[in-house]
Amino acid sequence: MKLLVTFSRKEGRKPIIAQVVRDTGVLVNVERALIDSSEGEALIDIPDESCRIVKDRLTDLGASVRILEEEIILDETECVDCGACISICPQEVFSFDSDFRLQMDARKCVLCGRCIEICPHRALSRKGPA
Amino acid sequence: MRKTIQEINERIKEGNARVVTAEEMPQIVAELGEEGALAEVDVVTTGTFGAMCSSGCFFNFGHADPPIRMEKVWLNDVEAYAGIAAVDAYLGATEKSTTREENYGGAHVLEDLAAGRSVELRAISRGTDCYPRRTITTEILLENCNQAIMVNPRNGYQRYNAAGNSGDRVLHTYMGMLLPSLGNITYSGAGVLNPLANDPHLRVIGQGVPCFLGGAEGMVVGEGTQASPATGFGTLMVTGDLKKMKTEYLRAATMTGYGVTLYVGLGIPIPILDIETVRSTAVRDEDIWVDIIDYSVPSRSRPSLGRVSYAMLRSGRVEIGGEEIRTSSLSSFRRARMVAAELKGWVESGRMTLALPTRPLDPGRKAEPMKETVQGPRVLQIMERRVATIGEDEPIRDAAAKLLKGETNHLPVVNGNGVLVGIVTTYDISKAVVNPGKGNFVRDIMKRKVITTTPEESVDIAIRKLEKYNISALPVVDREMHVVGILTAMDLGKLFGGRWLK
Repeated sequence: MKLLVTFSRKEGRKPIIAQVVRDTGVLVNVERALIDSSEGEALIDIPDESCRIVKDRLTDLGASVRILEEEIILDETECVDCGACISICPQEVFSFDSDFRLQMDARKCVLCGRCIEICPHRALSRKGPA
Repeated sequence: MRKTIQEINERIKEGNARVVTAEEMPQIVAELGEEGALAEVDVVTTGTFGAMCSSGCFFNFGHADPPIRMEKVWLNDVEAYAGIAAVDAYLGATEKSTTREENYGGAHVLEDLAAGRSVELRAISRGTDCYPRRTITTEILLENCNQAIMVNPRNGYQRYNAAGNSGDRVLHTYMGMLLPSLGNITYSGAGVLNPLANDPHLRVIGQGVPCFLGGAEGMVVGEGTQASPATGFGTLMVTGDLKKMKTEYLRAATMTGYGVTLYVGLGIPIPILDIETVRSTAVRDEDIWVDIIDYSVPSRSRPSLGRVSYAMLRSGRVEIGGEEIRTSSLSSFRRARMVAAELKGWVESGRMTLALPTRPLDPGRKAEPMKETVQGPRVLQIMERRVATIGEDEPIRDAAAKLLKGETNHLPVVNGNGVLVGIVTTYDISKAVVNPGKGNFVRDIMKRKVITTTPEESVDIAIRKLEKYNISALPVVDREMHVVGILTAMDLGKLFGGRWLK
């Protein structure tokens, strides 16, 4: 399961993710992170069963956490099943079925945005923040 | 055994023709043998659906009152070529909007019109006695145009080389996004279903032959531009009525960082007249090979990274140098199948009969490169030959002194043999002053990854490097990596001396 964690760094440079790993004992896989002087955003992958405990601990430490599911939206009226997205996705989210129809496993997505940028038919978009 | 086109057309009219798609044909030939397949099959339908930049449409808008001779025409802010008669214009698929850049273009106008949406027509003129009006702005619908005749100068490439990138930066090309270090391979084309791949010697595809174009009945005009059937890269010029086309088979697209293009569905029915047509339509993905072209090389003759078949490309992964690399198609095989299937229905139902070429195409034609009479500027013509360099083992202080003395911001760094090993800039030296911990010698602070140019390189390519890497100077090196000059943004000013830019 993937969580998008955003945190402010205004109160100092707290090692928030390391803290969570130590407190919960859950091994967190950081898939993507963007951290600057004032705030940070990290996309982490954790076992489904540890979701609750990790999410709660992160929230306690002042981060806001969003569970990521189906974050990438495929507009089937625009998609022509070309497959341009397949090889550029670092997570192998896209594939063809046996009829060469585009399939998407959005759970693997780490929101790098590459497919949205390059889709020739502008058929891919990111779900707006809830 | 041979069949005539008349016999085949009779069977089509009676509803008795045996029509199969080019994807079904290899299996039939394998089962029945060539003679058996010739007796069994009357027509093989082909199909392709992919980006075909060389596409566009002739319009006649009808006369306004008072009338105008349109000298410049825009459709939804996309300029159409109006250097023809008064209210005629040709809209090219790749022309960009003047307001929305690569997000909207000629292809989008064509798709909007085919979808029944209204499009703003704007035109200007200087006004004449017979055409007094000077401007017009109005909404048009496809149904209100007298004609909207699609004429695509180059469609239906027989096959297309795949694309890769051995360089160290992402490339945005008409072959899509190419990841560095051969991170992916892209390709285009319907392979087994491609029209010309099923008639490579142009025996039955030629002028006047009926086709499926964008969901409408169309016709092969003749040889396409840049056709090179002698080298396996034939192309076709095709035409059809935009008014009858469907957006299912006509789609605007944007190749990010490259521009607008049109995805076109094209199919040609092939009459099975003799053993040769049986043989040519038995072609499989496994039989059609292409090179993987390295787009990191910015010249016309790009090297090949290897050869692959469409079967390998379509499998999703190909192996190059022991490594598996993922592939992406840019054309849609699923829609190519839909084209071939729909065309099959047309022939089976008698909606379309077949014809042989009124004039054959030349299978010996070969596309040649441009013969340039004036060579563009080369780096050696504008580079600065007086270039100071510094040794990697010298103190940073000496580098600073050299930069000051030379009144330059870039100092190429060489080793004991005079070979370029790095570069230091005034910025690097300033950083070293602020954070003195890194060391005292040039080698401690220099950038080791130097982007270079050569004296013979085209200035346009050197400029592209400056832009892409966001730098302001390129050391010019010879084959042995000895520094022979430097090209800075300042030197580019020499181009404006009137010598190159007229």
